[in-house]
Amino acid sequence: MTSQERRRIVVAMSGGVDSSVAAALLVRQGHQVIGMMLRLWSEADNGQGPANRCCTLDAQYVAQRVADILEIPFHLVNVAERFRREVVAYFIAEYAAGRTPNPCILCNQRIRFGWLLNRALALGADYLATGHYARIRHEGGTYRLLRGVDRPKDQSYALYRLDQHALAHTLFPVGSYTKARVRQMAREMGLPVAERAESQDLCFVADGDYRRFLQRQAPETIRPGPIRDLAGRVLGEHRGLPFYTVGQRKGLGLTARPGRPGEAPQPLYVVALDPAENALIVGPAEALRRRTCRATQVHWIRGQAPEAPFRAQAQIRYRAPETPVTVIPFPDGDVEVRFDEPQRGVTPGQSIVFYRDDEVLGGGIITH
Amino acid sequence: MKTRRRIYLDHAATTPVDPRVVEAMAPYWNEIYGNSASLHEFGRQAARALEEARAQVAAELNCHPTEIVFTSCGTESDNLALRGIAWAARKAGRGHHIITTAIEHHAVSHTAEQLRDLFGFEVTFLPVDRYGMVDPDDVRAALRKETILISVMYANNEVGTIQPIAEIGRIAREHQIPFHTDAVQAGGTLDLDVQALNVDLLALSAHKFYGPKGVGVLYVRRGIKLVPALTGGGHERGHRPGTVNVAGIVGLATALRLTRTNREEENARLRRLRDRLIEGLLERIPDIQLTGHPTQRLPHNASFAIRGVDGEALLLGLDLEGIAASTGSACTTGDPEPSFVLRAMGLPYEWGVGGLRFTFGHQNREEDVDAVLEVLPPLVERLREMSPIGAPGGS
Repeated sequence: MTSQERRRIVVAMSGGVDSSVAAALLVRQGHQVIGMMLRLWSEADNGQGPANRCCTLDAQYVAQRVADILEIPFHLVNVAERFRREVVAYFIAEYAAGRTPNPCILCNQRIRFGWLLNRALALGADYLATGHYARIRHEGGTYRLLRGVDRPKDQSYALYRLDQHALAHTLFPVGSYTKARVRQMAREMGLPVAERAESQDLCFVADGDYRRFLQRQAPETIRPGPIRDLAGRVLGEHRGLPFYTVGQRKGLGLTARPGRPGEAPQPLYVVALDPAENALIVGPAEALRRRTCRATQVHWIRGQAPEAPFRAQAQIRYRAPETPVTVIPFPDGDVEVRFDEPQRGVTPGQSIVFYRDDEVLGGGIITH
Repeated sequence: MKTRRRIYLDHAATTPVDPRVVEAMAPYWNEIYGNSASLHEFGRQAARALEEARAQVAAELNCHPTEIVFTSCGTESDNLALRGIAWAARKAGRGHHIITTAIEHHAVSHTAEQLRDLFGFEVTFLPVDRYGMVDPDDVRAALRKETILISVMYANNEVGTIQPIAEIGRIAREHQIPFHTDAVQAGGTLDLDVQALNVDLLALSAHKFYGPKGVGVLYVRRGIKLVPALTGGGHERGHRPGTVNVAGIVGLATALRLTRTNREEENARLRRLRDRLIEGLLERIPDIQLTGHPTQRLPHNASFAIRGVDGEALLLGLDLEGIAASTGSACTTGDPEPSFVLRAMGLPYEWGVGGLRFTFGHQNREEDVDAVLEVLPPLVERLREMSPIGAPGGS
């Protein structure tokens, strides 16, 4: 975006500090800014539980107040049914299949930078802006996605499924600032948001406890079954696979098993979930260490899939540190990833995202 | 990106206060500020203004001044009519059946539903035809021994259809059942002669006809018993307690008188604007239809259903171009709910969510119509292409 031109920009506002400052920065640059707040699904919508923790009335009120202060229009956009159909249903289906989903990634792809972006464009907007900590760079006809400047706050991991169309029409106004600077700007601009808490992951899980959410919303996904060791011996009974995640040690309900004669007792970890057998597989710490994994539904930011193996840094969870890998593309689009250092916590359903320096190359969903 | 002059085409939502009304109200804030119920001269001054306003309103409605009750808004007038009649019937041990329609404003329908759900009344919601019109024969057929009230709006707020009030009133009178009409949308443009209309209760709101917000009227025919919906002092002949809003009432009376002075000419002018917009949009947009009755409609109302887009998105798009319109559907965009009025008229979902209403007023000119004709067709096309309703979004 050339900075001189006045553009029409829709800002996805949450009532939080980041999107509020994003809107304020664009207003200050002289653009025509329209605030929109997504009203997502919550359990309260059918009287089954408390409100969605992100789009509460309180958050709505704050977002509206910010819009009033900035003198921009503000619209609440109800996408509850679409969100339930596309994101919540996926979340439940993934747990039912023994995987650990990341619904924020899908929401970004389908709802925020899918549906809302298209709606903004249809209304004649040039861009959709959000308060994400990430950056977009336009170089040689291609849009590149970069980490936010504030490395600990970087949110590029959750944005790796954005395509060129979305990136061409997206702005991340706070991505070039640190969170501390953004908070300071909010105070300087007199926005009533500087001290508000961070928005929440799993916003639609009323009490933040996804296991209880599944018990309420999809009780059929929670069936007790056997806990087995790597040799297939039954050690006990689990409460339902969604209660467990790979790498988990606590809450297995197993008494510490004695080791072989002369050895100390070994702590047991969740090594895998076996939905076909409804079995929980446990093993010693070393069984968690993985040298490779596979990923499917792979998305490449620049649009083209690489053909040859390449070196990259990888992140296997949202807040995981980078680790060096070799990525081996398959003709069907999936990839195999070889870790230089064996990794613990490689979890089916989570996304693995590839970086080179600050640039997001792409990523996929871990299958095994 | 160009910015155009703002164009207001939402006069059914509210109107600007006529400067002559502002002037008429001016003395009643801090010169003649007495409480009209006070016995001293300050109070008497206010009371004189109040009774003068009452006489003016009565003259416009062709009724006796003692039949005029001032309230705080149209909604309160409707509430007072329905609750007042229902509770009076309950008190007298009479019937418990209310007849109304499927397309009433919530001020009537939600009040009727509350009377049903909390107070044991039975309510018949009459259907409408595809033009949003109530059939007087349906009213007759719905009558029961226990019927205590008929309430049918004069003109619909969303699609502008004018109901056969005088005819329904005749039926009500034959059976000696009180007949209420919510005339809030009709106040600025239609005939308000309560004798010709055969109504016993009629609700108006000042801000719909260039008067101030926060003041309404309920006409109550002599002999009709009402239990007050608010309890308190004995103001407004015991019908409506609360210190009287003298300034607002003076404004209401002035505004009502002004709308009556050149009503026919202004209505003809509004009809020309309305018809120009209707013809222009029907010509330029595929899959659009006029909603409401083609001829029996408010002079200033042009309302449409546009297939495959939601009205809220159209509103946002128009707003961004400086054009203010309205829709009847729920107040959120995204997953639109079809308007209950359009649903009652039998429109399917993909049409019912695309309701869009333009309502003209004194200040509108032909170039305002031209602006809509320029902006709306490409907006509809973009929305249909990029953000159609019902289809999953995104990549």
